[in-house]
Amino acid sequence: MKVLTANRLTDGEAIWYAGARGWAETIAEADVAGDKAGEAELEAAGKAAFANNEVVDVELIDVELVDGLIRPVRLRERIRAAGPTNRLDLGKQARTAA
Amino acid sequence: MYRYDEFDQDFVKARVAEFTDQVERRLAGEITEEQFRPLRLMNGVYLQLHAYMLRIAIPYGTLNTGQLRMLAHIARRYDKGYGHFTTRQNIQFNWPALSDIPAILADLASVEMHAIQTSGNCIRNVTADHFAGAAADEVADPRPYAEILRQWSSVHPEFSYLPRKFKIAVTGAERDRAAIQTHDIGLHLKKNAEGELGFAVYVGGGQGRTPMVAKKIRDFLPEKHLLSYATAILRVYNLYGRRDNKYKARIKILVHETGTEEFARQVEAEWAALKDQELTLPEADIAAINAYFAPPALAARPEGDEVVKLARLDSKSFADWVDQNVITHRRPDYAAVTISLKGIGEAPGDASDSQMEAVADIADQYAFGEIRVSHEQNLILPHVARADLKAVYDALVEIELATPNSGLITDIIACPGLDYCALANARSISVAQEISRRFASLERQRDIGELKLKISGCINACGHHHVGHIGILGVEKKGAELYQVTLGGSADEHTAVGEIIGRGFGPDEITDAIETVVETYLAHRLDRSENFLDAYRRLGPAPFKEALYGGEAKAA
Ligand code: SF4
Repeated sequence: MKVLTANRLTDGEAIWYAGARGWAETIAEADVAGDKAGEAELEAAGKAAFANNEVVDVELIDVELVDGLIRPVRLRERIRAAGPTNRLDLGKQARTAA
Repeated sequence: MYRYDEFDQDFVKARVAEFTDQVERRLAGEITEEQFRPLRLMNGVYLQLHAYMLRIAIPYGTLNTGQLRMLAHIARRYDKGYGHFTTRQNIQFNWPALSDIPAILADLASVEMHAIQTSGNCIRNVTADHFAGAAADEVADPRPYAEILRQWSSVHPEFSYLPRKFKIAVTGAERDRAAIQTHDIGLHLKKNAEGELGFAVYVGGGQGRTPMVAKKIRDFLPEKHLLSYATAILRVYNLYGRRDNKYKARIKILVHETGTEEFARQVEAEWAALKDQELTLPEADIAAINAYFAPPALAARPEGDEVVKLARLDSKSFADWVDQNVITHRRPDYAAVTISLKGIGEAPGDASDSQMEAVADIADQYAFGEIRVSHEQNLILPHVARADLKAVYDALVEIELATPNSGLITDIIACPGLDYCALANARSISVAQEISRRFASLERQRDIGELKLKISGCINACGHHHVGHIGILGVEKKGAELYQVTLGGSADEHTAVGEIIGRGFGPDEITDAIETVVETYLAHRLDRSENFLDAYRRLGPAPFKEALYGGEAKAA
């Protein structure tokens, strides 16, 4: 399973592609591709957004579903999706805690 | 300290205007990311995991209080209330919006700062001993020469597109506190038999994937030849450096592959053509730059000894702090103070906006308005009257920056690692925090004695792990973090690269492993006067291997 991630051009915010809802600031809202066709769709959306100067560093990343929640396979992407592990008051994790 | 002249000010302003225009065009979609990326890097703007990152140059680690307050302002207004001081005496902000960067750079320019040449294949911020101008053992202040090199290397047309990045460090004392032998060029400022100033020149040091200790190619270069000789080195490198392979492009590889003697011969040949011409430094120019670094007027404060003596009797924690974080000044009534940014369990090198402001206030009141950033990620007050030490200590306690651990095991260097860095393989900060907590007891730390522990989150070695007495390198193995331990490195005048001790440790094993290493040292040292590094050099890796892996070997 994969989701599409990037950083927003204007402020660098880590974002995930959420299909018709555009780009989301949390991974929970991301569109998950379960097959090659879905991945191709995500990739095309990423290419278009990059070309349109909305996002940078576009990447398809591996995820799994844990208790119905999207969880990146790599630690790097888990930290991107949450925030620095030494500062729980920063990044996305700060929002859910609030 | 150095003040911008009109030329400097105009140049930095023009650069801000130019980059502002480039950012605007990028945001308007008029230039592509491919076009913009090299431009933003030239201005210190990286893209990291969570956001952009802005790296700001702090030339030779010297700041005045107006500059530190401006950094606090930037942290508060445009970032998330803190900054990270790096091993290159720079500061990084981890969360700026691209759209705010022009305003940040304009604010920086107003206090004579910028982010130029903090990235890219050019000559980076020139670093220097953080006790420059204050240390008792110093021959002369190295910063005027660092400033001369800064002026010469700033947008140098010939050296703006080198094969790879290029780092220069200068020290003015026999005891090397600037890690010059881990730099592309390391300069040791000294006097010859005639009492003239000059440099021992080291070339080809570096860390990263292929760590190398720099080689001395000249024992004494008269100061006036600094720029012509540096130019000769850079020319040889620019011509023969490996542009075909990023991993072999640093000058250390060229020196290694060419051989030190042959490399030195090529430099001397190049130099013969440059020497005694326009790059020769006129005495008047050296004197003019030196004047900027004239020490503050340090009035006699003979009451200091008595004041410190009484305060020590009164407060054990003050006495501990003096013993650990205060060093001898060249003037007996004064001292140099290390402000530890390594509070127990804190992220090494991080300081909040209000801490920065408070340090600026302390420096204004007690330290002639001068602050330094050390490559060990601490702040320094270079000139404090001993009579004022207690007041400085009390003020630092207020802002939780009085941890008495300078040079001890919890004074850890750690790069940002996987918590921030896009290149990282593993976290560094979390490892530093756990080790710091494990060794929190000051009594235990002092019993262990001097111990430099350094952590990098990938082989780029920003956390200097290769030259830590104990080094920790984070790698990724099968999708998980793994930490390799090296022992016996050092970054002083006897620089050495540490040796990998054996298989790596998982995140939940690494602190225990470090404790095992430390306990092994304590069990084997001759007495307290033999520090970890000396003991390791005497003992070799065997007892440490046995302690870490002995059981395994037997089981196998
Ligand atoms: S050592 Fe690696 S992980 Fe650490 S800051 Fe440097 S590039 Fe990033």
